[in-house]
Amino acid sequence: MSVLQHDLAVTAFPMEARGPLSTRLTAILSQGPDDSAQGLELSPVAEAAVAAASSVVRDDDVQLSLFILYGLHYGSFPAVSADWEWHPELVAARRVLERAFEGELRATVAVPPLPQPTRVAVARALSELTSADSGPSLSRYVAKKATREQLGEFLIQRSVYTLREADPHSWAIPRLTGRAKAALVEIQADEYGGGRPARMHSEIFATTMEEFGLDRRYGRYVDEVPAITLASLNVMSMFGLNRRLLGAIVGHLAAFEMTSSIPNAMYANGFRRLGYGVGVTAYFDEHVAADAVHEQIAANDLAGALAEDEPALLPDILFGAAACLVVDGWAGAHILDSWTADRSSLRSGTP
Amino acid sequence: MSAEIAGDGATITPYTDGPLIVRGDFEILSLDGEVLPSGRKTVALCRCGVSAIKPFCDGTHKLVGFRSGDGE
Repeated sequence: MSVLQHDLAVTAFPMEARGPLSTRLTAILSQGPDDSAQGLELSPVAEAAVAAASSVVRDDDVQLSLFILYGLHYGSFPAVSADWEWHPELVAARRVLERAFEGELRATVAVPPLPQPTRVAVARALSELTSADSGPSLSRYVAKKATREQLGEFLIQRSVYTLREADPHSWAIPRLTGRAKAALVEIQADEYGGGRPARMHSEIFATTMEEFGLDRRYGRYVDEVPAITLASLNVMSMFGLNRRLLGAIVGHLAAFEMTSSIPNAMYANGFRRLGYGVGVTAYFDEHVAADAVHEQIAANDLAGALAEDEPALLPDILFGAAACLVVDGWAGAHILDSWTADRSSLRSGTP
Repeated sequence: MSAEIAGDGATITPYTDGPLIVRGDFEILSLDGEVLPSGRKTVALCRCGVSAIKPFCDGTHKLVGFRSGDGE
């Protein structure tokens, strides 16, 4: 064992395991890949975790393990050897979890009737789908009622995705061609600050966390968030990293952008209500105008044009959009239900 | 050759039931001639009349059921 590998071997994984699968996975990743070339046997543990879960979407062990496996592709854990990224046993375990995760989503997410595969019809169908989104609203609660502690929880829950904002959808760029690719890049270029690093949305959000008094480092609060919050990011990573789900990641982005401007205006108002200044609200204010642009491009030039150019992808475009609304709806409902019952939405109960 | 293809000038596209999307080389000025900073290369201008951040779009056209009367 080299000195470097020894250092890796004694580095504890930066997140707490939540069951047998994540215990095994974090133990494996705390070593270098050469130290344990044979006998990893992670997929049987993954099979057992899936079999034991009544819902894989809400299972802490499964969702944390998926989050960690995807994190190897994003580079979320600097202390973990990058050599693990394509290790066949880890990829095999990931496929076990993804099969169950996707299967559960396809079984539970209601997909609306398919429109004609034309730009206008698809944009209109997405608009109807996203405006039908009703029920109790987390954004309204944040605007009118949330306490300072709850605003902190809200930022913590959001940070799991938002400190990596836009990254999951960027996996789709090389898989698209023509006008759909140009549309996605137009959106992502704005997400990444249009050449100005300080205006990257992930960076503006990190500043918001810092100004609020939270730790801006990626992954710092993962131990605090429940399975459903991890599932919200894992859906995007699964759609983005699997080329066969190209339609779904495009639909996901369209629905995400189309349900963003109005809630973000309300989030900004909630923080202003409790006296927070522009250092904290800038992120939300930015998204009112930004996503009013992005939603048009995503619905028409990205999803609509892709359906027109590749009609076979239309069912997955609608599935991805519906899955975004359903899973993010569940994640929002968890927070709102906790708060209305006077509980913390975090796992430890306190930020 | 159109401005879009030539890559100079600006283009304005009315999106169905939505805002006007402006791309390219443009400035948006106040009545006093001051540049209104948009912070981005592509902007959406309100055409339903209810945006709270006019002249920019804030997405509220969806809440009032704005119809542009084009598309189908």
